[in-house]
Amino acid sequence: MEAKKKIMVTGAAGALAKKVIDRLKRDYKVIAIDFRTTVDLGIPVESYKVDFNKRIFEDVFREHQIDGVIHLGRISASELNRFTRFNANVVGTKKLFDLCRKYHVPKVLVLSTYFVYGASPYNPSLLDEKTPIKAAELTMDLVDSVELDNLANIYLYKHPELNITILRPCNIAGPGVRNTFSKLLASKTAPVVWGFSPLMQFIHIDDMRDAICLAFEKNIPGLYNVAPSDYIAFQDAVKQSGSQPFPIPSIPPSLTEATSKFLNWDTFPPFLINYYKYPVIIDGSLFERTFDYKPKKSLTDIFNYYRGIK
Amino acid sequence: MTKATDKILQKIMQNDELEEYIKLFPSNVSASGYDPWGFNLAGVRNTIGIAKLLYEKYFRVEAFGLENIPKEGRCLVIGNHSGQLPIDGLLVGYALLTNPHAPRAAKAMMERFLPTVPFIGNWLNSVGAVIGDPVNCERMLDMDETIIVFPEGVRGSGKLFKHRYKLQRFGHGFMHLAMKHKAPIIPVGIVGCEESIISFADMKPLAKLLGIPYAPLVIPLVFPTKVYLHFGKPMYFENDVHTEHEVQERVNVVKAEINNLIQSGLTERKSIF
Repeated sequence: MEAKKKIMVTGAAGALAKKVIDRLKRDYKVIAIDFRTTVDLGIPVESYKVDFNKRIFEDVFREHQIDGVIHLGRISASELNRFTRFNANVVGTKKLFDLCRKYHVPKVLVLSTYFVYGASPYNPSLLDEKTPIKAAELTMDLVDSVELDNLANIYLYKHPELNITILRPCNIAGPGVRNTFSKLLASKTAPVVWGFSPLMQFIHIDDMRDAICLAFEKNIPGLYNVAPSDYIAFQDAVKQSGSQPFPIPSIPPSLTEATSKFLNWDTFPPFLINYYKYPVIIDGSLFERTFDYKPKKSLTDIFNYYRGIK
Repeated sequence: MTKATDKILQKIMQNDELEEYIKLFPSNVSASGYDPWGFNLAGVRNTIGIAKLLYEKYFRVEAFGLENIPKEGRCLVIGNHSGQLPIDGLLVGYALLTNPHAPRAAKAMMERFLPTVPFIGNWLNSVGAVIGDPVNCERMLDMDETIIVFPEGVRGSGKLFKHRYKLQRFGHGFMHLAMKHKAPIIPVGIVGCEESIISFADMKPLAKLLGIPYAPLVIPLVFPTKVYLHFGKPMYFENDVHTEHEVQERVNVVKAEINNLIQSGLTERKSIF
């Protein structure tokens, strides 16, 4: 019997990575990596707690002939400071890519985010993958996300032997997800900027898991947005999730920022204020066409989940 | 709110005749009821009653040439812009929505600063206004939408009373889009809106301070002028020009046609009110 191929999944302690590992562990030998903790995912998943920027990280590549990497690990903007985040997310990812080159890893999947496009009042709708990314112009706190995305794009074209696939999903939501907007939908009181209800997209964590596994297995290198063709105004999403909107003053704009700093809620950080005001609607059609993919869960499924846990 | 006010509002908002139009027009809304620009039927329902009052009672609009609007497929409705507030866009949109020949929920390209205004930006999106980015317009044409464009932009809406019915410089974007996407252009001459809000001056320093394109010194009244909409025959342009100069010539053809429609409207009208 042919030995199972080995794949490395980073960010293994996260809900999405756990789902991806669970899906792939039957067909692959999974090496789970997380900088936070040694994740117990049961046999046959080998788990490591390791920092990409430490030399010891290379030992994982020395010990295992890795056949593919799914890079989901990220320190989110609410954790640590900007400098540490940049080191972990950008410098660390460069280290990972360089090791992938050194040990001839033939395919790499990188999870980016729609945040990189930036929330600007001048955004047209249905941003495609060729749209310039503007988040760094709007807030320094998203520089690491933008630079990680840029780095992956540079390696995609400069090192085609890595066969890099970059996914830029819309808001991922559903059981276990701990990003800002998911935490907000799960909370009883949700901050909204008074007079603003931007259109948003949400993808269920199970659909995102399917998208990652599909893209990894089919391996058609490139950059892809991942989002359903369904949209909802933010305040409607809040209400449908059973949360009570908590209006934050919007005039003058500096008052919104001051309120955000004063409240110090992790669901309403100052650098994301524009995302509460202006839409960032992405066009996921290239991914759907290329990978013959359709999300299965509706927005109603997502909001019913949040309503159910309250 | 009192029960009496509720009743009055309900009477304005709910209208079975308008519901029939809403059922008829094609729209590209998703499963959750929104299109990618925020248009939604709830927004239309919340606005259509007031639009009807403005259209039928306040401005007593008379529309001619509505049979020129294609029953389906993409098209650009190009008109003269005026009146400080986008009342002209609202009235043209209502005329298209209640067109007895073929009701269509039109999109309208709006000024870029509007999304930054609380409530107004979202409300405009909900009834079909979209920021005037060519990328938006291309996407909507590909989805076979009807799109209202005022190529004068703020040069038209912010113009002074003394410049009424003098067409300002037209941008070329609409012509490029019409040629590239094979979209017919329906010219519309709008008569009446240019006298509805009277502006004597543009207070430029104030506009700069507020971050808005113009700050008009106006008589603080919206006059109930009688409005005439003259829709012209569809104009078709092949995508076969090579220079911006040639595009300019075609833009001038459309501009001249709109001017003709305005002039015949002005000749025919007997009174401003």
